[in-house]
Amino acid sequence: MIVIKDLHKTYTSGSSTITALDNINLTIDKGDIFGIIGFSGAGKSSLIRCLNRLEEPDSGSIEIGGKVLTDLSGKELRLARRKIGMIFQQFNLLDSQNVFQNVAFPLQVAGYPKPFIRERVREMLELVGLSDKEHMYPSQLSGGQKQRVGIARALVNEPDVLLSDEATSALDPQTTYSILELLQDINRKLKLTIVLITHELDVLQHICRHMAVIEHGSIVETGTVDKLFMDPVSYTARRFVSIIDYYRDKRSIMEGLGAGI
Amino acid sequence: MRDDLFELLWEGLLETLYMVAWSSVFALIIGILLGIILVVSEKGGILEAPIVGKIIGTAINGVRSLPFIILIVLLLPLSRLIVGTSLGPTAAIVALSIGASPFLGRIIENSLKEVSAGKIEAAKAMGATPLTIIFRVLIPEALPALVRGMTIAVIAITEFTAVAGAIGAGGLGSLAIRFGYQRFREDILIATVIVIILLVQIIQLSGDSVAKAILKKRHLG
Repeated sequence: MIVIKDLHKTYTSGSSTITALDNINLTIDKGDIFGIIGFSGAGKSSLIRCLNRLEEPDSGSIEIGGKVLTDLSGKELRLARRKIGMIFQQFNLLDSQNVFQNVAFPLQVAGYPKPFIRERVREMLELVGLSDKEHMYPSQLSGGQKQRVGIARALVNEPDVLLSDEATSALDPQTTYSILELLQDINRKLKLTIVLITHELDVLQHICRHMAVIEHGSIVETGTVDKLFMDPVSYTARRFVSIIDYYRDKRSIMEGLGAGI
Repeated sequence: MRDDLFELLWEGLLETLYMVAWSSVFALIIGILLGIILVVSEKGGILEAPIVGKIIGTAINGVRSLPFIILIVLLLPLSRLIVGTSLGPTAAIVALSIGASPFLGRIIENSLKEVSAGKIEAAKAMGATPLTIIFRVLIPEALPALVRGMTIAVIAITEFTAVAGAIGAGGLGSLAIRFGYQRFREDILIATVIVIILLVQIIQLSGDSVAKAILKKRHLG
């Protein structure tokens, strides 16, 4: 379970201060797939990056699996991070390492013995469907394959939580779909909690159970994904959903016309 | 052309190679250290320490703003202290190493900065220590750029050895000045120039092919 309490984050550039996160309170259940949606600049990226403290919040607390992350110092934080996987929009694979070495990296960091690493990496590659690509380098892979390597790398250390920072935003719709299927599959198989941020409504609709809407650094709406689609309250959610409504209305008009003729 | 030409050239070449090789090794060691410190200590770096970075940066700029020939003169006492003499190729290695390492430090800093912040973040998110990030992410990812930068530096050191030859370091530069200039031996002057040109070409070609081989292995070339 993840509990975020009174999280604040501001950026200072020169003399101006920008509030990125303003009093964020969120609870995410174990095993959930939780989506955070918002327009560009709403603060969703800051929020997810605060969860593993790639960015330091100014105040507030983050608790993941009973551990208060915001209280941890250097070494403890590094140990805690091993149990929080993360995938990125730009994949962030190492070009100097092949697929196997990329996936093995977190295990080497954690100091596991070689035979264990070999076995575990092969297991992960099989899970993401890349068993035959072990010796390839990232530059030889497609976007979707790169993200699969990213997922294998994020999960190889058996984390409790997977953070997804716009992981499908650089992919085409079909590849996005296959990656979402994979995440859903992993969520079911490994009972893994997934927190993802996105600006794509279909990502939410495909795999998320609960969601939060973020607007100017504040959470303006939370609940089940069904609730967002059926009864959007916040400005952001209405803007997102209105696009779908527009097409639904248009379709019913067109179908109506067809029936009339 | 006289029959002492080849003997003189050979001797000069060996001395130059001796100076270039050792100065490059020392300058590389110091330069890599400086470059890494500059990158990791900057604001937002993996071992943020802006004051350390500023001090080193200022020192580097200071050494780099001196013309090399003046730096050699300034470092003569140090050469005497370390190798016991201020003359000859071994003494020159001290000045060459110190003169070239700030330059290398900047080149290495620039190469390491090309590694995308995202890759470093991914390693941080895995719980990697700063040392692991330096040796497993920064250096391997920047390797092709590092090799190219080092090639430039080794060529610069070759040029520096020729300059050092003017004040008693030996090598091809000294040959060109002592025989070619002071004794009007045009044959030696021209031959020296040709050998130095060839040497620089060989260094450049080797550096290029190493960088290319690395890129090819990673399927980036």
